[in-house]
Amino acid sequence: LIDREVAKYPADQKQSAVMAALAIAQDEKGWLARETIEYVANYLEMPAIAAYEVASFYNMYDLDPVGKYKITVCTNLPCALSGGVHAADYVKEKLGIDFNETTADGKFTLKEGECMGACGDAPVMLVNNKRMCSFMTPAQIDKLLAECK
Amino acid sequence: MLEIEIDGKSLQVAEGSTIMDAAHEAGTYIPHFCYHKKLSIAANCRMCLVQVEKAPKPLPACATPVANGMKVFTHSELALKAQKGVMEFLLINHPLDCPICDQGGECQLQDLAVGYGSSASRYQEEKRVVFNKNLGPLVNTDMTRCIHCTRCVRFTTEIAGEMEMGQAGRGEHAEIMPFIEKTVDSELSGNIIDLCPVGALTSKPFRYAARTWELARRKSVAPHDGLGSNIIVQVKHDKVLRVLPLENEDINECWLSDKDRFSYEAVNSEQRLTKPMVKQGGQWVEADWGVALDYIGHALKDVVKTHGADAVGTLVSPQATLEEMFLAQKLTRELGSHNVDFRLRHSDFSLDGKRAGTPWLGMKVTEFAKLDRVLVVGSFLRKDHPLLAQRLRQSAKRGTQVSLIQSVDDDQLIKNTLRAVGLPSQLPQVLAEVVKAVATAKGAAVDAALSGVTVSAAAQKIADSLVSGSNAGVFLGNFAQQHPQAASLEALAQQLAKLLGAKHGVLGEAANSVGGYVAKALPFGHGGNGLNAAQMFAQPRKAYLLVNTEPELDSANGAQATAALKDAAMVAVFSAFKSEAALDYADVLLPISPFTETSGTFVNTEGRVQSFNAVAKALGETRPGWKVLRVLGNVLNLPGFEYVSSEEVRDEVLGGADEFVNGLDNGVNAAVSLNGAAAGGVERIADVPIYFADALVRRAPSLQRARDAAAPAARVNA
Amino acid sequence: MALIATKNPLLTVGWEKGDAGWGIKEYEARGGYQSLRKILTEKTPPENIIAELKASVLRGRGGAGFPTGLKWSFMPKVINGDRYVVCNSDEGEPGTFKDLDLLRYDPHSVIEGMAIAAYVMSANRGYNYIHGEIFEIYKRFEAALDEARAAGLIGQNILGSGFNFELFAHHGYGAYICGEETGLLESIEGKKGQPRFKPPFPATFGLYGKPTTINNTETFAAVPYILKMGGEQYLNLGKPNNGGTKLFSISGHVNKPGNYEIPMGMPFSELLEMAGGMRGGRKLKAVIPGGSSAPVLPGDIMMQCTMDYDSIAKAGSMLGSGAIIVMDETVCMVKALERLSYFYFEESCGQCTPCREGTGWLYRVVHRIESGEGRPEDLELLMSVTDNIMGRTICALGDAASLPVRSFVQHFKSEFEHHIQNKQCLVPHDVQRAGSSFYM
Ligand SMILES: Cc1cc2nc3c(=O)[nH]c(=O)nc-3n(C[C@H](O)[C@H](O)[C@H](O)COP(=O)(O)O)c2cc1C
Ligand code: SF4
Ligand code: FES
Repeated sequence: LIDREVAKYPADQKQSAVMAALAIAQDEKGWLARETIEYVANYLEMPAIAAYEVASFYNMYDLDPVGKYKITVCTNLPCALSGGVHAADYVKEKLGIDFNETTADGKFTLKEGECMGACGDAPVMLVNNKRMCSFMTPAQIDKLLAECK
Repeated sequence: MLEIEIDGKSLQVAEGSTIMDAAHEAGTYIPHFCYHKKLSIAANCRMCLVQVEKAPKPLPACATPVANGMKVFTHSELALKAQKGVMEFLLINHPLDCPICDQGGECQLQDLAVGYGSSASRYQEEKRVVFNKNLGPLVNTDMTRCIHCTRCVRFTTEIAGEMEMGQAGRGEHAEIMPFIEKTVDSELSGNIIDLCPVGALTSKPFRYAARTWELARRKSVAPHDGLGSNIIVQVKHDKVLRVLPLENEDINECWLSDKDRFSYEAVNSEQRLTKPMVKQGGQWVEADWGVALDYIGHALKDVVKTHGADAVGTLVSPQATLEEMFLAQKLTRELGSHNVDFRLRHSDFSLDGKRAGTPWLGMKVTEFAKLDRVLVVGSFLRKDHPLLAQRLRQSAKRGTQVSLIQSVDDDQLIKNTLRAVGLPSQLPQVLAEVVKAVATAKGAAVDAALSGVTVSAAAQKIADSLVSGSNAGVFLGNFAQQHPQAASLEALAQQLAKLLGAKHGVLGEAANSVGGYVAKALPFGHGGNGLNAAQMFAQPRKAYLLVNTEPELDSANGAQATAALKDAAMVAVFSAFKSEAALDYADVLLPISPFTETSGTFVNTEGRVQSFNAVAKALGETRPGWKVLRVLGNVLNLPGFEYVSSEEVRDEVLGGADEFVNGLDNGVNAAVSLNGAAAGGVERIADVPIYFADALVRRAPSLQRARDAAAPAARVNA
Repeated sequence: MALIATKNPLLTVGWEKGDAGWGIKEYEARGGYQSLRKILTEKTPPENIIAELKASVLRGRGGAGFPTGLKWSFMPKVINGDRYVVCNSDEGEPGTFKDLDLLRYDPHSVIEGMAIAAYVMSANRGYNYIHGEIFEIYKRFEAALDEARAAGLIGQNILGSGFNFELFAHHGYGAYICGEETGLLESIEGKKGQPRFKPPFPATFGLYGKPTTINNTETFAAVPYILKMGGEQYLNLGKPNNGGTKLFSISGHVNKPGNYEIPMGMPFSELLEMAGGMRGGRKLKAVIPGGSSAPVLPGDIMMQCTMDYDSIAKAGSMLGSGAIIVMDETVCMVKALERLSYFYFEESCGQCTPCREGTGWLYRVVHRIESGEGRPEDLELLMSVTDNIMGRTICALGDAASLPVRSFVQHFKSEFEHHIQNKQCLVPHDVQRAGSSFYM
């Protein structure tokens, strides 16, 4: 899987695949532990600290364990104007957690997101970095949370 | 050349130089933090913003290339406003703990803040707090003080060759750190202390020891490897508290290896010998100098009378000063013995008498840095010669091809090196393969001794690389010089150099390896032949003089040495330290000064004469080694011991040569023999760990706690 | 998916079919890849193509508005070694979501545009850097790439012309700063996305240190259409010096937020109509016309503007990325600014001092004012801090963080003062709450 990414770049530029490799590792392990980052670094023949720099620079990498479902809500201004913040409040209330917290059953983690480039569909939420949910109303949020088994 | 103007002063600067370079030439100071002449340009601190005519915004001097006719204003209103603004930003999250900061007094931020910062801060919010990191036993952190100039990051990556530090996180949360739970283990790590413009990275051993302005700064020379780095020793109340590099572009540039920087701890160690001691009836008692010296005098005379002068043997450390070496051998020879040597770690002396001169680097260090092809044989390069390795690391970036023939496949952190690895006993074979390959390539006749050699792929690669260059150099490392077949290795290196039209040389083992030859501290070539270091122990003597050395640890065969010393009638130890071993085998202990408490001279691997003075008062009744030997000469009423100063001794030794010594020549007149190699089997790699190499580093607690001091897991290469 | 309305569509013709129209068949059916085929078969001299682009006065759609033809002509002529074309789809500028729909409904136009660019600048490799949060779009673009590869439109020896061009997608992972072109390059190189000091510019020292040209998604997408219709025509779609049509992303208090393709120079009032007017018929208070980094403009000023670089610039703001954030009277401008300042504070790469330290300072002061702890001198302070940031940083994020602060304070001073004096919003909280339609 990682090799497919490595293949995208010139032979002497393996390091270019580090973002993809970390993403793949995170999908597999749920989050990026020290060992995981070190493994990726060794695999790509780059210094561990350089891989850590990357892992800690980009928002979507999790350096701490997260719940089975990580829900990221965009609260940036354009979204907020159409209920982004309120949608977040609604989720907090439903799950009884605040941003950067995980539900007791380890099922949900809530994150505050920055602009996802989908302001027109506000409020928007991102599930596990992959699935974008648009025009979220209370009803749809209920539905989403119910779907997350 | 480009024509430009800085603050109204016009000057010419080279194409491609930056405004910072130009200002430097014009003698104008532009404030800066992230810029450093030896590091890549980051332009992140923004302190160096200056006004440039026609430019709408202030520009960073460190990163802006000069253009012809450019008019730069470094202190115009616009420039000052920009610099003040940056300074304010730097200070808002910087703690105001200067009173307890070790950097206080030598802090660039502090200095500049005085000039720029407005007294009262307009920043009323909470200041950032950053957790400290554990970088190991040498570098202390106060990361809240960090201003994110990334000098330390760039140093580890670019100069030390391994990215051990980075900037994690983003924005205001960004933190300078090593990888989680990792320390900075580079043998050059201490330099990040000097590079850090604030008090974020400071010296752990020096922590809270003193305020910088209380320290006297005195010049000296590092007493470890053959480079002879120039240092500033900082002293308070005659106690050495810190060692810093003294910039010398021809030698250590602005760097210092950790052993040169932190070994000073040893001179403050508990194990210092402070009074002469004599063993009486198996009991150690402190004695006056007079008594102790008489004791030795009588003992020596006895031995000479009953067993002949040849029963006396003198061993001098290759880290002893030129003066100590010279007087030690003079004294021995005057007694009638030629048993004197400083090459304790060597095991092949067959070249004695076959040398054209003193073995040395074969060129200046600056020339070494300019070679385009380099072959190093048998060296733990990074650890044995941290700064020479660093020079090669930089050359490699400029395209120099470095090849290594070694017994352990260590990574020297030098860009694309070619490596050939062989058992210790096979080193000559491997080198021979390269010689043969080169000879073939050059269409030259191959030495008959190499007829049986078959060239391996690795050797062929190295040969091809060497042949492709126009300015090659061939060098033997410590391991090669100490090798049982050192003679063959030297002969091969000489052949190879000839074939390549290149220079060859040895990487100086110790601070005074060249000096030892100059001071005649050798058993041959000076009016008679005596026993060499190995023989003196293999064929035990009755009396031994040990100057500055601990043979049980410093010689090729420590066990044999210890045995010989135990059986001797009289062992006189001239040392700064009291060791269990010495208390066991010695009869007299004389406290002589370590390099910090005596004047003296080291001749470095390029033959450069470097004299230094004492930087601190001698501890207790310690006396400079040269004085002690001189007085002992008198006690024995030997002729020619009337020197009144170490300079007098030095001048006699050097015979006029002042900057570089005479007689440097790596030529040897010896044949190559490739037999006698116990091929196969398991062989121990007789590697001398960096923090084990001499009496000082062995006693520097902080160095002993460093990664590199981790017990030399007897490295075996099967 | 976002709503689309268009006036004589160009870029968005393919969008009408929605998710059914993105494939290569549909794209070719509507004349796609004709420009590329033509160029490769006729071996059109690159100069001619650049000339067309210059004639069209296509200006970069990424925010800077730099003339694309000119940019392409900067690539060093000497052809040796690798060169790259890079597409900037790291759409992270708050309010912007046009590239998202472009890649969703018409990915092949971007591929074709990049291939043409590669031909013009004799580059053999390209990357499209796609915003982290839009995974599905990244997947779709990769699918489109596979189609194009299968059809021999990218890869080795394209259409037997001997021209090679390998194109790949690089997935971002959440960092606004990677939208900055050199930060983006660093990111592709597998480092943190910290912008580089310029000069040297990407055209001479770009990806892996090789000559590189970077353009925005929409810029590339426009190229095939321009070449098909000719630069002149394209220019005439818009108005002088503001060529062609442009995508505008409208968000906030309008009835129909979404992407709109309109000819440059159309009055804002008309565009607002198309977007269904103000939500709940409320009064227009303010508009940010070019993405969150552009200075905010009061509603009445905005109503006088036409949608093009020059008109908006004259009004004291920037067309930027064409993201229009519409705010009605239910908005507390202090709260709005607080959120924006928080964004820049969080997204500063942390490299250079004024931005790393300054963005945090700005946010904290605005936050203090918003939470009723403002001091009279704070507005002064905000202005002077922005003064010390602007023009002193490595990249333009410093300015991007400062302009909102300056414009909000400048145009809505009374609201800020009210906050400081009365320690509360001018706009009652229940009114603000009603603003977002969430609770209806
Ligand atoms: C902080 C910052 C963020 C940026 N974000 C984007 C972006 O998300 N998308 C984009 O196309 N350009 C962005 N840009 C502009 C790019 O640096 C660059 O100018 C643009 O991609 C050039 O393409 P164009 O000439 O087609 O506009 C950003 C610039 C800055 C300083
Ligand atoms: S302005 Fe900000 S984002 Fe841009 S380089 Fe400097 S610190 Fe990074
Ligand atoms: S010295 Fe120029 S920006 Fe730091």
